[in-house]
Amino acid sequence: MSYQPRIIGFLCNWCSYAGADMAGTSRMSYPPNIRIIRVPCTGRLDPLFVAKAFQEGADGVLVAGCHPGDCHYAEGNYHARRRYALLHLLLEFLGIEPERIRLEWVSASEGKRFTQLVTDFTEQVARLGPCQAVGGQS
Amino acid sequence: MARIGVFICHCGSNIAGTVDIPRVVAEAQKLPMVVHAEDNEYTCSEVGQRSLREAIQEHRLNRVVIGACSPRMHENTFRNTVASAGLNPYLLEMANLREHASWVHGDQREAATVKAIDLIRAAVAKVARAQPLFARQIGVTKRALVIGGGIAGIQCALDIANAGFEVVLVERTPSIGGRMAQLDKTFPTLDCSACILTPKMVEVGQHPRIRLLTYAEVKEVRGFVGNFEADILQKARHVDHDKCLGCGICWQKCPARAPSEFDMGVGQRTAIYIPFAQAVPGKPVIDREHCRYQQYLEWQRAGAEGKKPPECRICEKLCPVGAIDWEQRDEMITEEFGAIVVATGYKTFDHSVYGEYGGGRYPDVITSLQLERLMSASGPTLGEVTRPSDGQPPKTVVFISCVGSRDDSVGRPYCSKVCCMYLAKQSIMLKEHDPEVQSYIFYIDIRAGGKNYEEFVRRAQEEAGTVYIRGRVSKTYPEKGKLIVWGEDSLMGRPVQIAADLVVLATGIEPSEGAIELAQTLHISYDVHSFLVEAHPKLRPVETMTDGVFLAGTAMGPMDIPDSVAQGSAAAAKVCGLLSKDTLALEPMVANVNAVKCVGCLLCQQVCPFKAIDTETLRDGRIVVRINEGLCKGCGLCVSACRPGAMNLRGFSNEQLLAQVKALTR
Amino acid sequence: MSASSYAYYPGCALQGTAREYDVSTRQVCRRLDIELQELKEWACCGASSAHSLDRRLAVALPARELAIAEATGLPLVVACAMCYSRLRFAAHELEDEAKLREISSLIERECKNTTQVWHLLQVLDARDIPIARPLRGLRVACYYGCLLVRPTDITHFDDEDNPQVMDGLMHRAGAETVEWAFKTECCGAGMPFARRDIVLKLSHRILAQARGAGADCLAVACPMCHSNLDMQQLNMKSVFKDDFQIPVLYFTQLLGLALGFSPKELHINKHFVDAMPLLRGKGLA
Repeated sequence: MSYQPRIIGFLCNWCSYAGADMAGTSRMSYPPNIRIIRVPCTGRLDPLFVAKAFQEGADGVLVAGCHPGDCHYAEGNYHARRRYALLHLLLEFLGIEPERIRLEWVSASEGKRFTQLVTDFTEQVARLGPCQAVGGQS
Repeated sequence: MARIGVFICHCGSNIAGTVDIPRVVAEAQKLPMVVHAEDNEYTCSEVGQRSLREAIQEHRLNRVVIGACSPRMHENTFRNTVASAGLNPYLLEMANLREHASWVHGDQREAATVKAIDLIRAAVAKVARAQPLFARQIGVTKRALVIGGGIAGIQCALDIANAGFEVVLVERTPSIGGRMAQLDKTFPTLDCSACILTPKMVEVGQHPRIRLLTYAEVKEVRGFVGNFEADILQKARHVDHDKCLGCGICWQKCPARAPSEFDMGVGQRTAIYIPFAQAVPGKPVIDREHCRYQQYLEWQRAGAEGKKPPECRICEKLCPVGAIDWEQRDEMITEEFGAIVVATGYKTFDHSVYGEYGGGRYPDVITSLQLERLMSASGPTLGEVTRPSDGQPPKTVVFISCVGSRDDSVGRPYCSKVCCMYLAKQSIMLKEHDPEVQSYIFYIDIRAGGKNYEEFVRRAQEEAGTVYIRGRVSKTYPEKGKLIVWGEDSLMGRPVQIAADLVVLATGIEPSEGAIELAQTLHISYDVHSFLVEAHPKLRPVETMTDGVFLAGTAMGPMDIPDSVAQGSAAAAKVCGLLSKDTLALEPMVANVNAVKCVGCLLCQQVCPFKAIDTETLRDGRIVVRINEGLCKGCGLCVSACRPGAMNLRGFSNEQLLAQVKALTR
Repeated sequence: MSASSYAYYPGCALQGTAREYDVSTRQVCRRLDIELQELKEWACCGASSAHSLDRRLAVALPARELAIAEATGLPLVVACAMCYSRLRFAAHELEDEAKLREISSLIERECKNTTQVWHLLQVLDARDIPIARPLRGLRVACYYGCLLVRPTDITHFDDEDNPQVMDGLMHRAGAETVEWAFKTECCGAGMPFARRDIVLKLSHRILAQARGAGADCLAVACPMCHSNLDMQQLNMKSVFKDDFQIPVLYFTQLLGLALGFSPKELHINKHFVDAMPLLRGKGLA
């Protein structure tokens, strides 16, 4: 893979960030393209952050939170899910392929799942190539 | 002007083995506002922390970035360190160079180094925009709630109460005692289970600082560490326990019968009952479903059609103190607590998916817990082990282990841990009851790790003559009054056939009914099998990720009695540590609102899961929101819902997160 | 399953040793207004040997029949338990798209793997059955064999230890069924030539259990089970000195009797163990 996409991961502190830690603790291995930003909850995620990431030159954005029913704050991930549905439409409107963003649930024990997810998503974004739509800065 | 110091930890070779540390330090030094960068062998060590403190003072640092392990590991450690150097602990940011870089990109030195530099740059960008935060102090309700009255909950409640704190112990069934009360003997000492348990039960019942709520369930929990509020449903017993003397005349004379839950269905109880003779409290409840008078009232309510049930009321007529109260209703009790312990225990696996064992189809196929009740001197057969089909004493008994354990095909891949030991115990006990009994145990492996456990299995084999057959059972069927068991002896490599009088299934352990609902109201996590999850499997075994909520016993996974007791005590120690404080410092990373920007749309109020947003009217008449910092947990839902951008989450402000995004997409 | 027209795959056995199963199946279906359209150019499904020789062949042969059936647009019904097992197995394997492509090119037929495969028991279970002559007083041991029920996640038939479909049909036909534990034990199936000793041992055990449970006769749904349990009774007599003389009938024959057909119309007179004395004794012939 010669082209190296730039991927931003927004991970909720309680499940998915811990899941990513678990991948490390278990010495699993995934492509190094992702840069992780810790947020308290996927519900904290303002769609603006995602749009900004693309504007600043990201090629893909991964959002990961607790499985439905397991949110540390009871319902933050449900809000994230609804917002994500709308965000999809918005991105399309902006000319960004919806395949460049993904919302997934990763629990604190799912290091393996996180590893697979990052590997799949990195390949997926790499296939799409650099994000052209709003960029210009990258 | 921010003066930022960057500290890169080698973590021995954990980070330094993969990441080019000198290069990261050199790059860090070039970043804006960074006035100092250094690397340490172990930043978390005493030497590393001293170097950190000295650098803060020497370079007059007012922001610190530490590139080391996950913040989930050492953020608190370093907050304390910078605080001891006189810096506000929230002016610290960690970059996760270990879990998120060196460990996952071990074979890619260049990529891991570039990633490490990026992560440092993002942390610098974030910390530059950090504000000092001050932990709020809140009071602590010095009372604990223990949910579940099995041995773990009993031990926990006693330890907390004996340390001087008030405890409310809530138990769903009419008596405390749990699974341990159902056992005849315990392994590997063959202590009489009731003899060692009942004194503790009595102590709970009489303890001045324990309030026992049996026949009650925790329905909802609100609040946060030190300040919980729980709704507890006290189910109607129809017996006034203040008047009742526990004389027993009512349950001796009650004509209605129902299968006894305590005896696992191998015995019967009356409709007004105590589950077993040593029950605490030793006062009965009326089971509405089976009570004749209740059935009569139901019949009346339904329009008095069909056959009229008898208007019994015998218990009421015989009760010497007039304790029967037909008017009693379910009642919701709301209490405040500072800490909560979940000790909700287990139930046994439903063996009906294993059609080949014949459980449910043939009466002489029973579960190990049923056998336990048959062996108990206080059980339905007064300790005489007899076959359910014809009441004859069994002479040949086949035990099948791992029924719902270590079997992925039924969704139970885990080992239930206690079965190997109780099978050895039951085979020894059967031999002691009747020397003519021959036991066979079909097993996968014998798991006897524990003090005197292996010796105990040897005792079953050598003294009780129990035959262990390594292999699974393929079929059980009745023939000429016997149960023919087909199995495989995988060590001999041949099929075996045993004509048994009784077949005992070692059903595995799974979490109690309602564990998930309870976990959800407490905001604690559970695994794929619904076992509750501890905060750390090694280092925080009785804590949860929710402050102030602790775990004990089999609610978090299979374990035996000594482990459950140890956990009960461990959880009690944690609770006492918490309740001994007069105030608690709360996480200051909560929401705050800029009243100038707030337009009073109240969208934030709608999304807040914790009802932490109030409104206030300003002097100019504008309605704006206000955060109740005691209730806010810092999820940030309100921030992303706020349209005018009035809401902010301390420690995770828009400005900070956007700076991170920008730093990482550079 | 409520359709009235089905593609019908008789299979080789029903053209040979199990002709009476085919005959009685057609009779019963005609009486119940179930139209059976025999597959054109059908061939062997590979049972009982293909799957022990070549995994690809074991899928390709039944896949060919599935493809032919698919072209008719009708659900497929089979009476033979072995064929049912092979067809279900193939359909299961073909859920994998790569496999589907490979097999389609191998059999040179387009196959989308959309054919619904039913066993005759399932089809009849869903129908009204107008009973003309209830089988009163007849105690039947329903023997399903192993192929219908196992593996459950492939055959999707019934409980693998204690199935009930045939029992239900026999009850509706007015017969009693016995409660016994050997409904799905293996009879030795395709081994009567290679290891007659094993077949005799297994089949003998099944018959002994049925007799012990008080059965007058056995009802079966598999040609292989039938030949092992019926024909081998002669050999059991010489090997085990055990003369069962217990009739083994296809469930379609018993159902046909209840629908009013004569034993001859159902080829009941074609078995090794004569069922006629039993039926006469019960007033059913």
